[in-house]
Amino acid sequence: MSLDSYLLIGAILFVAGVVCMATKRNGIGVLMGVELVLNGANVNFVAFSKFTPLGLDGQIVSLFVIVLAAAEAAVALAIALNFYNNHLTIDVDRANELKH
Amino acid sequence: MTLETLLFYIFGLAACIGAVAVVVTQNVVRMAFWLIVSLGSVAALYFLLDADFVAATQIIIYVGGTLVLLIFGIMLTASGPYQKIKSSPGEVFMGAGIGVLLLVLLVGTVGAIDWSAASRAVAGPDFRPTTGEGYNPAGQGNTTRPIGMALLGPRPDKDLGKPEGSKLSSGYLFPFEIVSIHLLVVLIGAAYLARAKRRVQKVGPDSRE
Repeated sequence: MSLDSYLLIGAILFVAGVVCMATKRNGIGVLMGVELVLNGANVNFVAFSKFTPLGLDGQIVSLFVIVLAAAEAAVALAIALNFYNNHLTIDVDRANELKH
Repeated sequence: MTLETLLFYIFGLAACIGAVAVVVTQNVVRMAFWLIVSLGSVAALYFLLDADFVAATQIIIYVGGTLVLLIFGIMLTASGPYQKIKSSPGEVFMGAGIGVLLLVLLVGTVGAIDWSAASRAVAGPDFRPTTGEGYNPAGQGNTTRPIGMALLGPRPDKDLGKPEGSKLSSGYLFPFEIVSIHLLVVLIGAAYLARAKRRVQKVGPDSRE
């Protein structure tokens, strides 16, 4: 398979993640959108690592991205749990107290 | 059609369908299921790209760790098993339109660039294609040892066979240390944020505790 086909899959994952982040009102749904975006970027990194002279650098960067995504998910879930404890919902549209 | 092409189509389609289904579904638990489908297929794509260590890490950390964390988050925050928080139709329509536009932009960009010329330009004139080091041929899992070496600093996958006195490639020891400290700090912070707090109660004669 060529590089373009993998980049196409990465683009679809990225766009799905962005739309998921923008339209979901559930906080956990927004988190899943972030995971999709990071995975789309990772597909691109690994594909470039195979098809271009990048070599292993792309794979190593994708490993860092995976670790940082795990860290981000842990912190974001802790924040979501705190939000749920305070508001008894996880609707992100209710998180508007800083506006007023 | 070779087996590799067939597997690419199967797992690529599964990854894309899973990603789109995550967006389309309104049920959070089903969203988590489709995310598992999508991320697992992406791991299979990594195997097809000869990135066996990254694929194993994807399965272990993403599918085994992050998604379990997300599902626990769903269970701890949902007031019912099928809780739905609907988006308004206007938002959905606008999101879909912007998504399609963004996809057209990205695919047009990918198609418009000559990637082989670009990679030749990036590699410079003295580019030497890396020969397959390691004990196994590529495609049978030979990336674990070079990745481990690169995280420690030396880069035998790029520097072996270079003429003496030439510049060595850079390793990833420092980013590795930074990311390890980062992970430690983040986990401590997450445990601190999510700790069980006693609810503040009004102090009165009849308040319990």
